[in-house]
Amino acid sequence: MNQGLNLLVGLAMGLNLVALGTGRLPSLIRLAAWQGVVLGLMPLVIEAEWRVMTFVVATATVVMKGLVIPALLRRAMRTANIDRDLDPLIGYLPSLLLGAAGMIGAVAVAQRMPLLPEHHESLLVAGALASVFSGLLLLLGRAKAISQVCGYLILENGIYLFGLLLIHSTPLLVEGGILLDLTVAVFVIGIIVDRIQRAFDTLDTRKLTVLRE
Amino acid sequence: MTTVLEGVVRLGVWLLVAPLLPGLICKVKAWMAGRRGPPVLQLYYDLAKLWRKGVVVSTLASPGFVAGPAVAWVAVLGAALLLPLGPLDAMLSFPGDVLLLIYLLALARFATAWAALETGSAFEGMGAAREVSFAVLAEAAVITAILTLSWKSRSLSLPTMLEPSAGPGTVLLAVGLFTVLLAENCRVPFDDPNTHLELTMIHEVMVLDHSGPLLAAVLHGAAMKLLLFAALLVQAVLPLGELTAPAAAAALIAGVLLVTVAVGLVESWLARCAFRRVPLLLTTAFLLCVFALLTAWNGGAT
Repeated sequence: MNQGLNLLVGLAMGLNLVALGTGRLPSLIRLAAWQGVVLGLMPLVIEAEWRVMTFVVATATVVMKGLVIPALLRRAMRTANIDRDLDPLIGYLPSLLLGAAGMIGAVAVAQRMPLLPEHHESLLVAGALASVFSGLLLLLGRAKAISQVCGYLILENGIYLFGLLLIHSTPLLVEGGILLDLTVAVFVIGIIVDRIQRAFDTLDTRKLTVLRE
Repeated sequence: MTTVLEGVVRLGVWLLVAPLLPGLICKVKAWMAGRRGPPVLQLYYDLAKLWRKGVVVSTLASPGFVAGPAVAWVAVLGAALLLPLGPLDAMLSFPGDVLLLIYLLALARFATAWAALETGSAFEGMGAAREVSFAVLAEAAVITAILTLSWKSRSLSLPTMLEPSAGPGTVLLAVGLFTVLLAENCRVPFDDPNTHLELTMIHEVMVLDHSGPLLAAVLHGAAMKLLLFAALLVQAVLPLGELTAPAAAAALIAGVLLVTVAVGLVESWLARCAFRRVPLLLTTAFLLCVFALLTAWNGGAT
């Protein structure tokens, strides 16, 4: 069980790095979607016996993070008529290096943490920290609104990974609620992206700092 | 007497087999594109033809222009002799020979760049600058990969390092080393060996002014370097030391062929990437090797 879970977490961490290194929006959206699918599979690997609720949450996560949210983002991207994030604030190479350093740091920190004995061998905490860090980097370092949304998604994936640690004690309904919130947020951002595009003819969020009454 | 004989056979293998790999890559590319392609032995014919031709030397060039390719060729051959070939041990092995391997490859690169600068041509200087600046990143990846292997086996000698497999980080190491192989041998995502536009070439532009036997030495050295990296990659990934001698030899040959075909497939599927993306790609290879090192570290600790 632990091996399979670690493999999935490792895959998600790898996707983080690829997302930091890519500049094309379609591939960024696809990466976030794949990470969502990988995360959706995790409850199935963690749970010893499958309850209906586990299955429902897994399916909902895969459908929402893997299909619905990427579709919304792709639609926003098409209406905005852009497909790559040129001149980011933090370049691709520095952000890749920072992400890798953050990943190593996350593994090191996770090993120092006073975790429950059953979580000592798993990469969950490290993966969660690394995903939060990568998402933060994307949010800070990219200029276009859509790639920032992808950063937000990856950050949320990190929080979801943290939540998986508590899967036995918190009701899975909480996950469902978070998922719903997330979908609404991305839906709203899709509309905002459209508005920004119409008002400024660009999705560069740096333009928003010069807003006046 | 037998050691002498074995040495001669080994030299023969390296010298004669090496030009086969570029021919195979060309054949794979031709198949993928639906062409018949040049014969597999084309590089042998080219080398024979070049060997008979005369040399044109620029009046500006010092003897370094002639010495460069020769030094590079000898350095690559020396590096090749340090590498064990499956069941055959290396011809020469001592603790720390892996460092000599790295330095010999660096010497070969230095000699090529030096000979390129000797001509005083602006294009060749540009090519040399590119080659050397990309090599910095590629070398970092190679050294990290070697560090992984040496940490895993607790030794600094190539034959013992390459015997076991690389452990849990094998996949990471394989992908990292394969990327380095493509970069070091100027294959497609980094450099297109077929292009002859001076502005975009890296390796080929350095040897534009070489002709005749000098060019033959350069081409043959490049082929040997490709074989060297392919053999290194296969032996780093597969646990050849645990197999019997015939099985190990077969696995090595199959692995090298597989790597060659993979290079051909990569060349058919990918276009070369823009120059500013090259450091990103090489850094990715370096990071893969770093993560392989970390997994080896963790695996060794527990």
